[in-house]
Amino acid sequence: MRANEAFVTGIGQSEIGRKLERHPLLLTADAVKEALHEAGLNISQIDGVSTYPGRTPAMLGFSPVGTDELIDALGMKVKWYAGGSEISSQLGAVTAAAAAVRTGQARHVICYRTVYEAAALARPEEYPVQRRDRVDGYSQWLAPFNALSAANWTAQYAMAHVKKYGLTREQMAQIALTGRANAMLNPRALVREPLTMEEYLSARMISSPLCLYDCDRYNDASTVLIVSAAEALGEVTCTPVRIAAMAGAVDRHSWDQAQWMACYPTGADLWTKTDYTPADVDTVQLYDGFSFQAIAWLEALGFCARGEGGQFIEGGQRIALDGELPLNTFGGQLGAGRLHGFGFAHEAVVQLRGKGGARQVPGNPKLAIATSGGGPLATALLLARD
Amino acid sequence: MTTTRALPKLDEHNRNFWTGGAVGELRILRCRDCAKYIHPPRPICRNCLSENVSPEVVAGTGTVETFTLNYQKWQPQMEVPFVIARVMLDGVPGVFLTTNIVGCEPDEVDVGDRVRVTFEQQEDVYLPLFERID
Repeated sequence: MRANEAFVTGIGQSEIGRKLERHPLLLTADAVKEALHEAGLNISQIDGVSTYPGRTPAMLGFSPVGTDELIDALGMKVKWYAGGSEISSQLGAVTAAAAAVRTGQARHVICYRTVYEAAALARPEEYPVQRRDRVDGYSQWLAPFNALSAANWTAQYAMAHVKKYGLTREQMAQIALTGRANAMLNPRALVREPLTMEEYLSARMISSPLCLYDCDRYNDASTVLIVSAAEALGEVTCTPVRIAAMAGAVDRHSWDQAQWMACYPTGADLWTKTDYTPADVDTVQLYDGFSFQAIAWLEALGFCARGEGGQFIEGGQRIALDGELPLNTFGGQLGAGRLHGFGFAHEAVVQLRGKGGARQVPGNPKLAIATSGGGPLATALLLARD
Repeated sequence: MTTTRALPKLDEHNRNFWTGGAVGELRILRCRDCAKYIHPPRPICRNCLSENVSPEVVAGTGTVETFTLNYQKWQPQMEVPFVIARVMLDGVPGVFLTTNIVGCEPDEVDVGDRVRVTFEQQEDVYLPLFERID
């Protein structure tokens, strides 16, 4: 144990499904209870709550449960809480919680991300999407040109990579194929069917060069990580995982004025905060809302040079479960489900505790990276089991 | 063919950009102290923090920096495929415009293509789209 550091203790996850009937508050409670049980904590010991992006009334399926509701619904008495979208990205909720426990504002913080997009789409009367007559903010620079989806915005970065560095579809496919192969070993994964290269290459395009299998899809789930203070670890029964470094940097906060995504400054910044190097890392859990983002993260984190991400994963052996750098061992968002960033940190902890079961990385992994975000949003966590 | 589009809400800062097409002008905000361009338009220079900023008419030509062919019908009435591109404007360093490349087959577009602005009016908005220069 090291003083004044932050640790991930309990982790939990609800069922992952599509068009679930169970209320999103209860999915969140499922994940909270699992995390508490693992940590050996009870709800009265929780004194902080953190989430991303907080309740989003205009698009409730995207984030239906706010901190205020969760705190009150579970009868918590907290000393610190935060929830909002204006933070480095989804896992920014974890870095905020780490800052809170390191500064003595809380001892055990529940960090959660609940998504209910498939259910909301299926039940529009209950979960209406608010329509606006006109767009403003950053949307006005994209939506009028029918660049409506993050698939379009990310596709443009991917195409730049294709044209500048020669990224191929066969290379990009390795993120999707690896995710789906690993998802088959994860009992909770949303998609538990194999994906072949032939199926990938013959899939319909969504936004070139991204095809159907390069894009995650709506689902319903909740993921929880408890972030605990060093001095509170005596209350915890599970093996703590230390947050050895964290970063969330952006050069240009824009989906189109930045030539490259924020993962690049974030990945570089992470290594300035630790003595570890990329060579020390045993497994990586990298954001793959779109497959290309995981390739960009590999480059950004220095596992290969910029532009060499495609070659780095060529053939898929290197990033397979038994490869030198196992990637997205739970299936990633393309296989396990759109847990929206939190799934990566959850899985890093699973692996570092040796609890991966059929998908456990061999060799007693001690150091992992979890990331979230694309475009101008990026967070990286370096997680260590000491 | 007129495409269904979400239109921007006009305000004192973005109005010059979105309405310049009425007189055939592509206008980008420029700092009168340090001469750098500012986009999206805001009442302060992101380079030197001066508030001495005003619109400048720029050439309206540029280069396709990257692009994507959108095939997904995000809305039922959407006609696909179409080209979304990010254009690097001539003489306006550091500014990119997300736009559509029109007036050609979608699969003809490539990175590095030279393009020129063409405005599409919808209500009080003039959308800067781009055509390839042959």
